[in-house]
Amino acid sequence: MTKTEIENTDLKLKLVSDFQKFEKSLNGKANSILNKIKIDAFDCFNRLGFPVKKLEEWKYTNINPVLKHDFKQSTQLAKHTLTKDFVGKYFLKDAVNLVFINGFFDESLSDKITDNDSCYSGSLAEATTKFGDFVEQHFSKYADFKSNSMTALNTAFSKDGAFIYLKKNSVNNIPVHILYISDAVNNVMLSQPRNLIVLEEGSSIKISEDYFTVGSNYNFTNAVTEIYCAQNSNLEHYKIQNDGDNSFHIGTTQVHQERDSKFSDTTVSWGGSIIRNNLNSVFNGTNTECHFYGLYLLDGKQHVDNHTLADHKMPNCFSNELYKGIIDGSATGVFNGKIMVHPDAQKTNAYQSNNNILLSDDATIYSKPQLEIFADDVKCSHGATSGQLSKEEMFYLRSRGISENDARILLLNAFASDVIDSVKIDALRIKLYHTLQLKLKS
Amino acid sequence: MLEIKNLKAKVETDEGGKEILKGLNLQIKAGEVHAIMGPNGSGKSTLASVLTGREGYEVEEGEVLFEGKNLLELAPEERAREGIFLAFQYPVEIPGVSNTNFLKTAVNDIRKSKGEDPMSSVDFLKMIKEKAKLVDIDPQMLGRYVNVGFSGGEKKRNEIFQLAMLNPKLSILDETDSGLDIDALKIVADGVNKIRSKDNAFIVITHYQRLLNYIVPDFVHVMYEGKIVKSGDKSLALHLEEYGYDWVAEHLEEIAK
Ligand SMILES: Nc1ncnc2c1ncn2[C@@H]1O[C@H](COP(=O)(O)OP(=O)(O)O)[C@@H](O)[C@H]1O
Ligand SMILES: [Mg+2]
Repeated sequence: MTKTEIENTDLKLKLVSDFQKFEKSLNGKANSILNKIKIDAFDCFNRLGFPVKKLEEWKYTNINPVLKHDFKQSTQLAKHTLTKDFVGKYFLKDAVNLVFINGFFDESLSDKITDNDSCYSGSLAEATTKFGDFVEQHFSKYADFKSNSMTALNTAFSKDGAFIYLKKNSVNNIPVHILYISDAVNNVMLSQPRNLIVLEEGSSIKISEDYFTVGSNYNFTNAVTEIYCAQNSNLEHYKIQNDGDNSFHIGTTQVHQERDSKFSDTTVSWGGSIIRNNLNSVFNGTNTECHFYGLYLLDGKQHVDNHTLADHKMPNCFSNELYKGIIDGSATGVFNGKIMVHPDAQKTNAYQSNNNILLSDDATIYSKPQLEIFADDVKCSHGATSGQLSKEEMFYLRSRGISENDARILLLNAFASDVIDSVKIDALRIKLYHTLQLKLKS
Repeated sequence: MLEIKNLKAKVETDEGGKEILKGLNLQIKAGEVHAIMGPNGSGKSTLASVLTGREGYEVEEGEVLFEGKNLLELAPEERAREGIFLAFQYPVEIPGVSNTNFLKTAVNDIRKSKGEDPMSSVDFLKMIKEKAKLVDIDPQMLGRYVNVGFSGGEKKRNEIFQLAMLNPKLSILDETDSGLDIDALKIVADGVNKIRSKDNAFIVITHYQRLLNYIVPDFVHVMYEGKIVKSGDKSLALHLEEYGYDWVAEHLEEIAK
């Protein structure tokens, strides 16, 4: 056995013992629907183990460095030193801000939860006690853990996360902004938030998930968001992730779309050590529409891997994808965009493009479109580019007295703008442009 | 203001360097307008590129002094800040960057290099309005991305508008007349004439005499195969118009005398 495999086993053994403790604590409640799912899921994780590079899906992303650390998990909201003033700086104006620390809802730091005739937005733990039947109908129905060990792990340990539920025809104009803070001030933590978003027929809302780290210890987030979009619903979903050099993040957003629904996602990765975003949408009805936008800005030794899937199961659906990357230092970007068109999915329109700017000789991008088309009447296109900033454009700007650095910033800002402009929450979009400026200047 | 002495320059190509400028001499004083005429491929744009510091050119011999400073060792933006401006033969389109943001960055970077504070938004807008009038540019256009979706004529007008905004000492106009109809040509020439003063100078590169009816030069130079082979006053342009560039080729030795 190699050294890494032994260490891999160490973290796994620890998780096994964590889970045994959890099972013991169940005291005869092991037969509840949710607990049965968790036990199944852990069993799955136990069999599959952590992903290894041998797997096609993990070919370019090695998570062994993650597994070397002695991560602890909380079982509830732990004591922390984060103040409302501090957290408030990350709030979005004119939104409901929900705060999760290491995966657990902190009511005292959050805005008041929404609980009315048309909408609930709060914590999954509380929702499970309040309307368990409803949660059971949706929990783990979309994010498959049988073939995905990280989803299995998250499912097994799922305790809390955001729960957002839009009732039929409710149009919610107040966005929900969810802050997932990894508190790495004193401990080496593993957080596993589990989110459930359910939009009933004809409802709509904008939701942003914002992941970041406080403190400099190693920390690891393994998040799963399940989304159900009923007929005619419309969800604008954003995932922003801005971690430190000692942060690892693996996240899956699994979307299930019924007919005539519209889903749009923008995933922005500003930094972290090893990041893996999975974004999958399954079209379970005709005339559904989905948009995937992504931006990653990498430097140093960062590694960001975006895997997406537009799963065209039904005819007459539309998917459009635009991912852009700016890669500096010896950082690595991975983009794997899969478009699956099933035999029944005639009249599919599916488009994808991935553009990258490499700012240094040591920067790397692995860009892989993966089109699997089993229907004949479809329109699909994909394109990938990678290159440097245009010399012509740089010279034109500099010939007007603009410094080389400012010229670069103007062009990179322009490059990123069509992704950032896809964000329809004004305060968030402005914040993203601000962060982009700061990152480009440093 | 500008002194070019025996300038020899190569362009870098895939097959190695190709000599384009083969010993060029030129002197320009404040307040003067110099026209450079010459057939396609004679090296006019190369001269503009070398003067403004475009990548891909190698100076082999000679020197270029701008107000006594060695221009060739400066970065493109430093040359611009010294007061050199090129109106591009082929203005570059920059999707995603608005004209306003572009010019604001340029104006403020230049001010910063002189130790001045950034211009206030109010003053900047005022200046934009005033200069847009000079070349009859619709201020609406300024919110659009740099040159994206502009017609050929609009691009050229935008170049002169930028010139007006940056108020350079030495402006090089590289075939600003090409692609312009007569009305647009008059507007551009009018703008240049308004900017023209005893303190600044212009190099007007053109293929045709037409533009020089509107921007009247003090000197006309004929460029041929990387050298200035003849210089004269504005009547030289008329002569060239009449006899064509073949006349230059055929009478090279005579002319040189
Ligand atoms: N980047 C380049 N690569 C190869 N050849 C070039 C390049 N730039 C200019 N040249 C050549 O140099 C010569 C002069 O070009 P140019 O300066 O554009 O002439 P003009 O502007 O007078 O028409 C031409 O023969 C042209 O083909
Ligand atoms: Mg030319």
